[in-house]
Amino acid sequence: MSTETLRIVWIYPDLLSTYGDRGNALILARRAQQRGFPVEVLEVRSDQRLPTTADIYLLGGGEDGPQALGAQRLLADGGLHRAVAQGSVVFGVCAGYQLLGTSFFAKGTQYRGLELLDLSSDRGPSRAVGELAGDIDARLGLPPLTGFENHGGRTHLGPGVSPLARVTAGIGNDGTTEGAWRGKLLGTYSHGPALARNPALADLLLRWATGAQHLPPLDDTWADRLRAERRTAVATSRG
Amino acid sequence: MAISRVRWSGNLARVTDAKMPLRAKVASSVSRTAAALSRAAGRGDGSVIGGWLGLKIDPELLAHLSAGRAIALISGTNGKTTTTRLAAAAVGVLGRVATNSFGANMPTGHTSALAKAGSTPYAVLEVDEHYLAQVIEATDPHVVALLNLSRDQLDRAKEVAMMAQLWRAALARHPDIRVVANADDPMVVWAATPPASHDQRITPPHVTWFSAGQRWHDDSWVCPECGSTIERSGDQWWCTGCPLRRPEPQWTVDDEGVVDPTGAWYKVKLQLPGKVNVGNAATALAVAAEFGVRPFDAVPRLGDVTSVAGRYAQVVREGRTVRLLLAKNPASWLEAFDMADEAPTLLSINARDPDGLDTSWLFDVDFAPLRGRLVLITGDRAYDLAVRLEVNDVPFQYVRTFDEAVRAVPPGRLEVIANYTAFQDIRAELDRVN
Repeated sequence: MSTETLRIVWIYPDLLSTYGDRGNALILARRAQQRGFPVEVLEVRSDQRLPTTADIYLLGGGEDGPQALGAQRLLADGGLHRAVAQGSVVFGVCAGYQLLGTSFFAKGTQYRGLELLDLSSDRGPSRAVGELAGDIDARLGLPPLTGFENHGGRTHLGPGVSPLARVTAGIGNDGTTEGAWRGKLLGTYSHGPALARNPALADLLLRWATGAQHLPPLDDTWADRLRAERRTAVATSRG
Repeated sequence: MAISRVRWSGNLARVTDAKMPLRAKVASSVSRTAAALSRAAGRGDGSVIGGWLGLKIDPELLAHLSAGRAIALISGTNGKTTTTRLAAAAVGVLGRVATNSFGANMPTGHTSALAKAGSTPYAVLEVDEHYLAQVIEATDPHVVALLNLSRDQLDRAKEVAMMAQLWRAALARHPDIRVVANADDPMVVWAATPPASHDQRITPPHVTWFSAGQRWHDDSWVCPECGSTIERSGDQWWCTGCPLRRPEPQWTVDDEGVVDPTGAWYKVKLQLPGKVNVGNAATALAVAAEFGVRPFDAVPRLGDVTSVAGRYAQVVREGRTVRLLLAKNPASWLEAFDMADEAPTLLSINARDPDGLDTSWLFDVDFAPLRGRLVLITGDRAYDLAVRLEVNDVPFQYVRTFDEAVRAVPPGRLEVIANYTAFQDIRAELDRVN
C-alpha cells in the first residue's frame, strides 16, 4: 500500500453507476476493515481530478453516452494511467471493463479506450442478459465466478491479457471466455455489485493492493448460500 | 380501418357506445364478459384478460373506446398507480370516470377498463412508461402527467435517457396535449419540453409544472440535452453546460398540504402514508384542474382513498396489524422507508420476470434507515438481500415464509415492504386485499 490507509477510488459515479456499482466499493471497504486495515473510499466525479496514489480503482457500468464521456475524460485526465504505472489495482465491470481496452462501441460509433488492457469490444448479434458463470483462471486460485450480465458488446482478447474465466453459463466476452486480467488489472462482464457474489475475488483485489499473501477468513455464510442458490438456479434453467 | 375521432372540447354530450362500429361493440362486450369470468374463476382481477381478448377481435378497440371521452394519462416509474387513483377521485367531482385502478397499465388493461366502465365522460388511465407513446396515439388524451423517471428493472427496461427521449418525441408530435410534469426531475423536464424551446426558463404554454419533492437523484447527474453535469442545491437543479434548469413549479407541497397556482393553500388529509403521497395528491389535483376541477372541491375526495390495489392495505393477522408497502426499484424503496412506521419490518424480494431478473439494484438502496428496527427477510432472493444488509450493517433474521414472519414478531404492527411479485404473493396470502 502507498500509505497507512487503504485508499479505494470509485471512478465517476456520476457517469459509471447504473447497476448497483456502489456495492463493490462497500464490499471491499468492509472486508478490508474486518482485517484491520483502515480504509478510505473516495468517490471522484467526472469534473474532478483523479488522485494518482490510491490503491484500488473501481470502474462501473454505464449507458453508452456516459461510457463514451467517461473514456474521454479519463484519457484527458491521465491520472489512472499514472496510478497503474505505480502498481495500483484496477477493477472494471461491464462498460468499465470495455473502457480498459483499446476500443469500444457506443451509440454506433467506435471510441478509443484507455489502452490499459489488450482487448477491444464491438457489438454482438444480440444483447447478453442473464446469469453468467465460469471457471476462473487456475493461476488466480479462486472458486467459480457467478454473476449477472447485461450488455450488447462482444470483447476480443489480444495476446497481452488472459481470460478471467471459461464460460459455463451465459456469454461473457464471446460465449467462450469471460473477462480479462493482466498484472493487477482485472475486468468482468459480471456487472454491478459483482463482488457480492464473489467474495474471494474481492479478497484477491485486496491481496494485490496490500501485498498480503494471506488474509484471515471471514464469515461468508450468506454469500456462500447465495452462490449455492445461484449455481442451482443456473443448473436448473439448463435442464 | 380509419377511425374518426373527435377531440374533447369540454362538451360532454357524446356517448361512446352509440358511435362505436359493430365490430368494436362486439369486441367490447366479449372483453367485459371475459373479465367477469376471470374474476369469477378466481384467476385474477380480470383487468388484463378481457382487454387482451377485446384487442384480438378489434385491434383498434382502444381508440374506439376512447373516442368522445376526456382522458388523462398518468405515467412515470413510480407513484403512477396511486396518483391515478387519486386523480380519478379528483376528476370524479365532474362525473363518472373510467380508470384502470388495479395497476393493469398496458393497452390491454386500458381496453378492459374502458369496456368495463361503459360510457363515461372521463377516463384517468395509468400507463406503463414504455407504452406511453402508443397509448397517446390510441386515446388522444386531453392531459398527460409525467411523474418521474428512474432506473427500474434494467435487465429489460429501456434505460432512463432512452425513455425520456421516447416521451419527448411522442409529446412533440402532439403539441396540443396538456402536460402536467414534475419540475424536480431533470429527465421529466427535458421530456416535457419541446425540442425547439431550449431555454427552459420559458415554460411552454401547454405545460404545468408541479414539485412533489424527489429523494432519488442518481439517474439525473448527466444532462439529457448536452451531457454536462447537473448541479443541485436545495430544491434547485441546473445544467452546468446548457440552459436546462428546474422550472418554477406552479403546484407545490408542504408537510400537510398543497399550494395551487394562485398561491392558495389546501390542507390535504390523506389515509395514505408518507410525504410522497402528499406529492401524489398535488399531482392529482393538477391533473384534475386541467379539466376545470377546483382543488377546493377535489381535496375532500382524496381523503376517501384508503388502499390502492393492496398498496398500504392493513390486515389484522394473529394479533398483528400487517401493512403492505410496494417498493419496486431504488427510488420507491427510499419512499417506502419514509412511509413505514418504526416497527418490525419484513422485507421480501423476488426476481421473477415481472420484477426483473437482476438484483443488483439492492446495492443502490441504502437500508440504513432500518437500523434499530427488527428486520426480517424472505422471498425467492432473500440471500441477495442478506448479503446486502450485512454490508449495510443492518441486522436481520431470515424467515422461510410470510406466516413464519408473522409469528416471529410481537403483537402490534408489522410493516411489509416487498417488490412486485413478492407483494402479490403476500397479498394472495391475505386473500386478495384491495
